[in-house]
Amino acid sequence: MDLGKEMMLQMYRSMQRIRHFEAEIRDLAIASEIPGFVHVSIGEEASATGVCAALRKTDRITSTHRGHGHLIAKGGDLKRMMAEIFGKRGGYCKGKGGSMHIVDFSLGILGANGIVGAGLPIATGSALAAVVTGRDDVTACFFGDGASNEGTFHESLNLAAVWKLPVVFVCENNGFGEFTPMQTVTAVKDIAVRASAYGIPGQIVDGNDVFEVYRYASEAVARARAGHGPTLLECKTYRWEGHMVGEQAILGHGSYRAESEIEEWKQRCPILRFEKFVLEGGKVSGAELERIRTETAAELKEAIAFARSSPLPNPSEVSDDVFA
Amino acid sequence: MPQISFIQAIGQALSEEMERDPLTFLMGEDVVLGAFGATRGLHEKFGPVRVRNTPISEAGFVGAAVGAAMAGTRPICEVEFASFFYCAFDQICNQAAKLRYMSGGQARLPITFRAVYGAMGGAAAQHSETVYAQFLSVPGLKLVVPSGPSDMKGLLKSAIRDDNPVIVFEHGALGWLREDVPEGEHLVPLGKAAIKRAGDSITAIAIGAMVPKTLKVADKLSKEGISVEIVDPRTLIPLDEDLILSSIEKTNRALIVDEGHLRGGAAADIAALIADKGFDFLDAPIKRVTALDVPIPFSPPLEKAAVPDEERIERAIRELVGR
Repeated sequence: MDLGKEMMLQMYRSMQRIRHFEAEIRDLAIASEIPGFVHVSIGEEASATGVCAALRKTDRITSTHRGHGHLIAKGGDLKRMMAEIFGKRGGYCKGKGGSMHIVDFSLGILGANGIVGAGLPIATGSALAAVVTGRDDVTACFFGDGASNEGTFHESLNLAAVWKLPVVFVCENNGFGEFTPMQTVTAVKDIAVRASAYGIPGQIVDGNDVFEVYRYASEAVARARAGHGPTLLECKTYRWEGHMVGEQAILGHGSYRAESEIEEWKQRCPILRFEKFVLEGGKVSGAELERIRTETAAELKEAIAFARSSPLPNPSEVSDDVFA
Repeated sequence: MPQISFIQAIGQALSEEMERDPLTFLMGEDVVLGAFGATRGLHEKFGPVRVRNTPISEAGFVGAAVGAAMAGTRPICEVEFASFFYCAFDQICNQAAKLRYMSGGQARLPITFRAVYGAMGGAAAQHSETVYAQFLSVPGLKLVVPSGPSDMKGLLKSAIRDDNPVIVFEHGALGWLREDVPEGEHLVPLGKAAIKRAGDSITAIAIGAMVPKTLKVADKLSKEGISVEIVDPRTLIPLDEDLILSSIEKTNRALIVDEGHLRGGAAADIAALIADKGFDFLDAPIKRVTALDVPIPFSPPLEKAAVPDEERIERAIRELVGR
């Protein structure tokens, strides 16, 4: 697939932003500069980027507790995201949502969600809204392997299939639900096969190959937009970091995965694979990639400075926004 | 003014509001056929895009209502029986109720949920429960409990136009109750209680289907010179505290009649409000007549024993007025 140089550089920028953002968040959480639970998605940059690259600005997404990457890939503003995670007034949700609940309606980001599987019916409903209003918007729904064992997964796939709704279900199978290996709690090896129970296409995708993700996502989005209904994509990927930052403090010496497994997946780093592919193909120069990395680092510096300088919410705002 | 039934009032409100706003649509279990009559004819009138039968899949379609609302439409979502809300508790309590607040006011969730509740004769505990108390402590929801056809129409129309998630509880035993209902535009605002009968001996705050029961008791007692003022809150959230308190200021006695359970119920909540803000008005303790703290039983004599009846309401009023 020839994507064109501009598109490729955009994908690279998206993956670099996610990687840098998540690394900063991890370090800030360890330094206790941000409150609450944070879940980072280092290693999973390609699925978020490849899927969102296949969407229009007016298309919508739903995301998860591990959602920073999806939001960045859909165009989320790093400053306002960072400020939200800091619990500041300048954040996307004025400090009322935090890391797991960032929303930007102007970009079609209907929100990350703290409840595993909650995004599936919401995405289904968002797709239903497109049908009711006669628009051709598509909704992409990110969720994990854990969510595929929730009732909402099955109810949503059935409902979306019955009504032929324009939604793409994107399962990011990173091998773990919290600290539990997926294969010990899931009756099937591949989540994609579950699509057949609802009469919709299910496709296993190399989730660490941004081009492959983009190709399958584009097909699924086109199918949805044409009114042919939903698709289930299963992006096989891996979470380099733990379920949440600082988990060793609660797990003690307990370990639920081998170091060698983590190392093995690091060899399949989606960013390194991208770099190797485009540089070997002579499609872009090393200097161009270097420039993006430098710019991203500067953006992150700015975002953190913005978050630090943004005021904390005033306690008098506690009762605002309960009702419209 | 024509007399219509509670069920017809629901149908009228739905039809008028769907005609008024093309962003509204109706989905739920058996709404095409209109299993209980309320939605009959709407599918023919508005077509298959806007009137949809769902699978029996409450978490799925209630959650879809949340997503559809966030994406700019105004869903009306029916689960047949209010006890089925339990299957969609996350979608209502974690999603619909919270997402506006959690998004710092970005999300707009104009959703109307409708369901039948209450003891209606041998439906047993999983189809007879009065479940609104379960939602009272979930900030972000509005709760509507109409007591008759006219309020039903006016409140449902207001609920559909409201930009927040609103649950409308429709008592199953009120379905064929008839009264005069204004045709066309008839709105009852959310948050305004009504005095269903004026009196000065005691205030009875009656909710939903308890209003007609308490009215019967009040008619009977009026012949003995006991004058019962009946306040129907109509909506539990928002609650019209002012009207409740001003009535008690006049009568100095308060009874709450609620078909929900005693523990942690709406009656407990209203009693606490009166104790907090109306203590100085009271000449007697606050009393509650509610369902017993048992699942609503199947067999008719047991069901009758579990929920408030006219006898218990009368006894409580007599106790409070000392006659």
